[in-house]
Amino acid sequence: MPSAAAADHPMIRLERLTKRYPGQDAAAVDELTLDVPRGEIVCLVGPSGCGKTTTMKLINRLIEPTSGRIYLDGEDVTEADPDQLRRTIGYAIQQTGLFPHRTVAENIATVPRLLGWDKARTTARVEELLDLVGLDPDTYRGRYPKQLSGGQQQRIGVARALAGDPAVMLMDEPFGAIDPLTREALQNEFLRIQSEIKKTIVFVTHDIDEAVKMGDRIAIFAGDGRVVQYDTPEKVLSEPVDDFVADFIGSGAFVKRLTLTRIGDIDPAADWPVVTASDDAEARLSVLAAAESGFAVVLDAERRPTGWLAASLNRGDDRLLGTGLPLLGPAGPDHTLFDALNGMLANSTDVAVVVDDDGRYRGTLTLAAIQTLIHAAPARTGAAGPGGGTAGRTPSEREVR
Amino acid sequence: MALVAPLPETAPSAADTTAASRAGRWLRYAGTPAALLLVLGALALYVGGQDLDRIEERSLNAEYLLSRFTQHLALTAVVVVLILAVAIPLGVLLTRPGARRYAGGVLAVANVGQATPTLGLIVLFAVAFVSWGVHTIAVVAILVYGILPVLRNTMVGLDQVDRAVIESARGMGLTRRQVLWAVELPLAVPVMLAGIRTALVITVGTVALATFIGAGGLGDVISNGIASYRDLVLLSGSVLVAVLALAVDWVAGIVEDVLRPRGV
Repeated sequence: MPSAAAADHPMIRLERLTKRYPGQDAAAVDELTLDVPRGEIVCLVGPSGCGKTTTMKLINRLIEPTSGRIYLDGEDVTEADPDQLRRTIGYAIQQTGLFPHRTVAENIATVPRLLGWDKARTTARVEELLDLVGLDPDTYRGRYPKQLSGGQQQRIGVARALAGDPAVMLMDEPFGAIDPLTREALQNEFLRIQSEIKKTIVFVTHDIDEAVKMGDRIAIFAGDGRVVQYDTPEKVLSEPVDDFVADFIGSGAFVKRLTLTRIGDIDPAADWPVVTASDDAEARLSVLAAAESGFAVVLDAERRPTGWLAASLNRGDDRLLGTGLPLLGPAGPDHTLFDALNGMLANSTDVAVVVDDDGRYRGTLTLAAIQTLIHAAPARTGAAGPGGGTAGRTPSEREVR
Repeated sequence: MALVAPLPETAPSAADTTAASRAGRWLRYAGTPAALLLVLGALALYVGGQDLDRIEERSLNAEYLLSRFTQHLALTAVVVVLILAVAIPLGVLLTRPGARRYAGGVLAVANVGQATPTLGLIVLFAVAFVSWGVHTIAVVAILVYGILPVLRNTMVGLDQVDRAVIESARGMGLTRRQVLWAVELPLAVPVMLAGIRTALVITVGTVALATFIGAGGLGDVISNGIASYRDLVLLSGSVLVAVLALAVDWVAGIVEDVLRPRGV
């Protein structure tokens, strides 16, 4: 329940949280203090046995802490009734844990039933969630989990975790056991869903790439139950606090940073003049002559790029007419710098045409521009989605906030 | 906004119970009773065609056979109900975190129960607990013998439930009791039913031994045949017990199919 003072406290606050198992010298989680801001995805990442899953299960008290406090939306829940507490926290795990003897609809309805929702509200919620995760309710509501593919099961797992409309979600490697292609699709879908639902999410993964992609912040666990760095992905990649973090990120930190910036959040250069489909060769040549870059983009009536022209084309060349030289896949707002660079390398070119959501021309992105962007503080898109402004989104300003 | 389209994923089709497989199932269900009726009919024809002497007639008449058959069924029913009442709660209890450490010991005792020859147990009980009455003694001795399969299968059935399913149930806020009733027991049902079916068949067979302490049942027919050197009586008694055991197994098989949770 967001109060007027909602902004004053983090959604989840862990305070000197410790878990010690009897008979073990080292603590599984050692005096962990961590704030998870409202509406953000925080990735807990680290090697096996580092305490990241234990930390997550401490939050919904599947594991009881040895000492320390847990605050949820400002309220101390360390002593709260764990069953009641868990009904207000979404929970999704790698193995999905779907009830095999219950249909998809019954699985999703688990928490609404526990919360005592009436039938109509529960049914409506099930439909809504199936739509949200991209599964047709009429086709899937009556199926049993074993009649679904792994990716579909995982979607139902996420839908079930969202069913009670919890403010907080805990996800333990939810996309861990999925093939890479489906996994990528599920990650993107989940980011899209998160941009709509804005939950506060604790996301456990052992995969730093997944953490960089999914997390608004990353908490890196060392092997001894301590968090060694808690930062934005940009900071973690550009300024690892110690050798452990640097090793864990592995090589290619700069390449990973490419995946952090979406084309929709950069201002593409507008140094290419445009011609329209109806312009004749003379008009086109005069535009090209005036172009500093020596290139021009051909747009259709909807301002969608259809091809390009080079100043080196001779008068009378057929390619000066019509749609011009063929254009290789323009970069849309959802693409990352990584996608753009990959496209350039694949096509042996050093420039990509940038378009907006509707495919209309925005400008161009050159190899040199990517280099400049990656060395500057990258704009973070995260869950905000395309179309948002870039103001105030550098990591340092986020730190202050 | 341009979204990543959900990948087309292949999944098994929803309708896997086709009309053909359903017909096959009913055919399978019909086979056993047909065969059993055939055996009974052949036995009746064979016995009807013989010249029965007075000793044989005393055992091989409808009234006597029916009374022994009813006794047999009643004893079996009482024993099985008691087995379920003891073994299932015990199996549930022994798979709970607090009591799990006693599981080994209890299973060992149940093993001894099954390893001991039932006939010995029945006679031993009859000597030791004369005051109980023959029926109580028979029930208790046979019960001890049949507990193991139900107990063990209850425990195995509960233990084989996917830990991830239980964890996710707990994580969503189901209480321990709710997890047991809504998740663990339904998912353990197929394995538990297999144990119950075994116990049923074992019990039908061992109830035939109740005759040795005078507790009745179809064992009477067999022991009459042995005592009076009348092979026809012995044969009839044996066939009746066997047919009853197979019939009970057949009913239990259908119950198993009906009670198995869908989706599992």
